[in-house]
Amino acid sequence: MSEIPSLTLYELIKNIKEKKISSNEAAKSFIDRAERSKKLNTYVTDNFENCLKLSKQFDNRPNFDLKLPGIPIAVKDLFCTTDVRTTAGSNILNNFIPTYESTVTQNIWNEGGILLGKLNCDEFAMGSSNETSFFGNVQNPISKDLVPGGSSGGSSAALAANLTPITIGTDTGGSIRQPASFTGTVGLKPTYGSCSRYGIVAFASSLDQAGPMSKDVKDCSILLEVISSFDKKDSTSIDFKRNNYSKELTNNIKGLKIGIPKEYRIDGMPDEIEKLWQKGIEYAKECGAEIIDISLPHTSYALPTYYIVAPAEASSNLARYDGVKYGFRSSGENLIDMYEKTRSEGFGEEVKRRIMIGTYVLSSGYYDAYYLKAQKVRQLIKKDFDDAYNKVDAILTPSTPSSAFKIGEKSSDPVSMYLNDIFTVPVNLAGLPGISIPAGTDKNNYPLGLQIIGKPFDEQTVLNIAYSMEEKINYKNNICDWWIK
Amino acid sequence: MVVCDNIFYHMTIDLKTVKHISKLARISLEEKKAEKLATDMNSIFEFIEKLNELNTDNVEPLTSIAETTLRFRDDKITSENIREKILKNSPEKNDDFFVVPKVVE
Repeated sequence: MSEIPSLTLYELIKNIKEKKISSNEAAKSFIDRAERSKKLNTYVTDNFENCLKLSKQFDNRPNFDLKLPGIPIAVKDLFCTTDVRTTAGSNILNNFIPTYESTVTQNIWNEGGILLGKLNCDEFAMGSSNETSFFGNVQNPISKDLVPGGSSGGSSAALAANLTPITIGTDTGGSIRQPASFTGTVGLKPTYGSCSRYGIVAFASSLDQAGPMSKDVKDCSILLEVISSFDKKDSTSIDFKRNNYSKELTNNIKGLKIGIPKEYRIDGMPDEIEKLWQKGIEYAKECGAEIIDISLPHTSYALPTYYIVAPAEASSNLARYDGVKYGFRSSGENLIDMYEKTRSEGFGEEVKRRIMIGTYVLSSGYYDAYYLKAQKVRQLIKKDFDDAYNKVDAILTPSTPSSAFKIGEKSSDPVSMYLNDIFTVPVNLAGLPGISIPAGTDKNNYPLGLQIIGKPFDEQTVLNIAYSMEEKINYKNNICDWWIK
Repeated sequence: MVVCDNIFYHMTIDLKTVKHISKLARISLEEKKAEKLATDMNSIFEFIEKLNELNTDNVEPLTSIAETTLRFRDDKITSENIREKILKNSPEKNDDFFVVPKVVE
């Protein structure tokens, strides 16, 4: 069955349950396609052999009560997977083979999912184009030499290219939603505390959150149901009542109030983004939602705040890479020399830049001026959202200020790269759920996404609005498999 | 918006500072790379200094977005005999220990 890879997760599950497709057939078809898609550079490490074996085991003793019965799934290489190399896109973890499993991936295997392999990403999830990966950039299947977004760029590209029926990414400042927007796919960053951070290579712990990336909203709700769980192993995991997101998914959003924040209308925003947003507003109205103008006055301070908080936490988290306990080690004349050379050769340029910024803002004499200041502004940004949610149920914005750009176009100027996350970063700072859904294309036919931001723990409303709008938008990715001869 | 006059140290990051920070971060830096890094850091900090526009004198810093206090757990051993697992990925080890360059003469 050559068409297996193009099925949605929901369709694939249905076919497997009805015994029309076996788990092994599904695994074979995704692996075959991956073998012919090496040009995209989506995989860092494959688990193909093991996946075939496990899928056969599933077929011999199937359990169709599971939520992901025998479904092959590739995941971002930021999730630790027992006995399967986990690199975080970095040279410093080039040879790291975890002896433990991340909670999020464990939840997937517990529900019958089978690991296809580990997908490329920006080094330590620091980047918006997948160009900072030690393992090379990823091609966006939409068009040659286009970035797939980042940091979950391997995930978004693999999904859009039909190399995996669904995938997971992580999102610290937009790393799920921006690549979803760049590849015409769906990406959800859940509320901070929904999905356990245990076993995810840490970047900025007060912002990091794992989430589903999918071909449509229904698939997204199925995977969220699997990966969202309370976990004692993550001290910031939150014990709240989680919905049966896929069961409770409805396209009835009549009477919901959706806010349009005027501060997201930024200077220099391309016309087509503004038009897309207007179109989105019309769709939301057609779906029965009430549109309300709102203000999030501190929006323009979100990126500067993020570029203090995230590097500060990163510099602290990445202090563990010292060439002693795991990972790459360079030789040195003495212990300090060994540390310094290991870290200099093990980390790439963007990661070093962020460690340096983080070390600087946390260093003696500067802490109050930068880190404490940023934490205070973060409070103001969060309060903006709290105030807005007194008036509305959700907020609608563009996902990104532009469509996907060319490989190499922005890699020389860090600040212009950072501006990519201008609409997504506030959501991480406030810990809110946000989804990006494909909503149209630009003049080059590159996908553009709309973002729906919800109240804390209200993923259901976010999904419902997305589901309802998706139906109206009726977006179809037009990918011609240019990379397959 | 009130402009705050007491907060930012609006200063450029010079080569000496970059080298000092690289020492603190335990990352060795070639001279040429240090210069590039100084340029990059200055452009990033120029962008960050926008926060200076805001008066935050009476604002509580937000330290955790999850409005819960950290949970305590019982001080009990939950995993046993994981020495091998812990040492497995070490670049250099002997039977029971991580090995590092000599630190005591």
